Amino acid sequence: MADQAADLNPGTLVEHEHSPFLRHHFEDMGQQFESSTLGMWVFLLTEIMFFGGMFGAYTVYRSMYPDAFASTSRHMIPWLGATNTAVLICSSLTMALAVRSAHLGSRKLVRWMLVLTMIFGLAFIGVKFTEYYLHWKDHLVPWLNFQYPEHPEFFYNAQILFCFYFFMTGFHALHMFVGLGLLSWLLIKNETTLFGPQYYSPVEITGLYWHFVDIVWIFLFPLLYLIGAHG
Amino acid sequence: MANHSDHAEHAGHPVVPVRTYVIIWLALLGCTGLTYGVALIDLGPWNIVVALMIAFFKMSLVVLFFMHVKQENNLTRLFVAGGFVWLLILLALTLNDYMSRGWLPEGHIWRPGP
Repeated sequence: MADQAADLNPGTLVEHEHSPFLRHHFEDMGQQFESSTLGMWVFLLTEIMFFGGMFGAYTVYRSMYPDAFASTSRHMIPWLGATNTAVLICSSLTMALAVRSAHLGSRKLVRWMLVLTMIFGLAFIGVKFTEYYLHWKDHLVPWLNFQYPEHPEFFYNAQILFCFYFFMTGFHALHMFVGLGLLSWLLIKNETTLFGPQYYSPVEITGLYWHFVDIVWIFLFPLLYLIGAHG
Repeated sequence: MANHSDHAEHAGHPVVPVRTYVIIWLALLGCTGLTYGVALIDLGPWNIVVALMIAFFKMSLVVLFFMHVKQENNLTRLFVAGGFVWLLILLALTLNDYMSRGWLPEGHIWRPGP
């Protein structure tokens, strides 16, 4: 009843003061926070299945054509992949610190941690697209300019690996762009909204998304870059 | 488990010290180096097993600490666990088909009727 009255006349605060960030369909800020994180996790589960399908298909084809897949490792640039893994891990640290700063209510720290996270994210994309450019120059893009003179017997089967490579890293990069968009939105929101112990769920759930994208890369790196590195 | 008795005043998890995040970050960087190093050694079929085990360990660190599942309530934990069970079903049943093809010797094909 009290909530209804507050809805009809938002200027009036009834009984006890609610946080201005509390939506009327939640009991309190704690329940609202738990609902936000649970909802984000449900979305991330659909993302797990989305990438899981690609990982499953990759596993099947790799078991079918192990030699063709291993022959592609000489065209991958593992140190660039490892650098990008490190860059993403650093971005996850700064993201976690952004969430912590939002929780503690420090607008300035949130701002800098978000900016750092975005710089790491952009560095990752820069390295990724440099790699794409090098693969294009090496004639390794299926359908467009694929050539495989050193292993003509793998001409078709190696293209399967490169299809997986471009689709999986491409979808991952797409998620990075979405993440950068969300971070830009947070950066703006941070200037108008004072996050604090009561309300920081936008930063928390954007963090969940960012860390998920990091996890996808943690699996992509060994599977795509290090197939036959010891050969 | 987080204590949610103070719902109205305070939303979310207890604040994690910066030191914890830095330790997890260093562990993740170390594991990345380890993945790279192990890949250079020829372990035959074990290369991929070791690589995936390290990746799984890294994922657990990120999920538990950076994504705060360590502090989450049981409902959220159940959902997270459910996601991995579903992924396991996807991978296990797909591979169950592909891996078992050709296990029966030639001529041992099941046919209906006498």
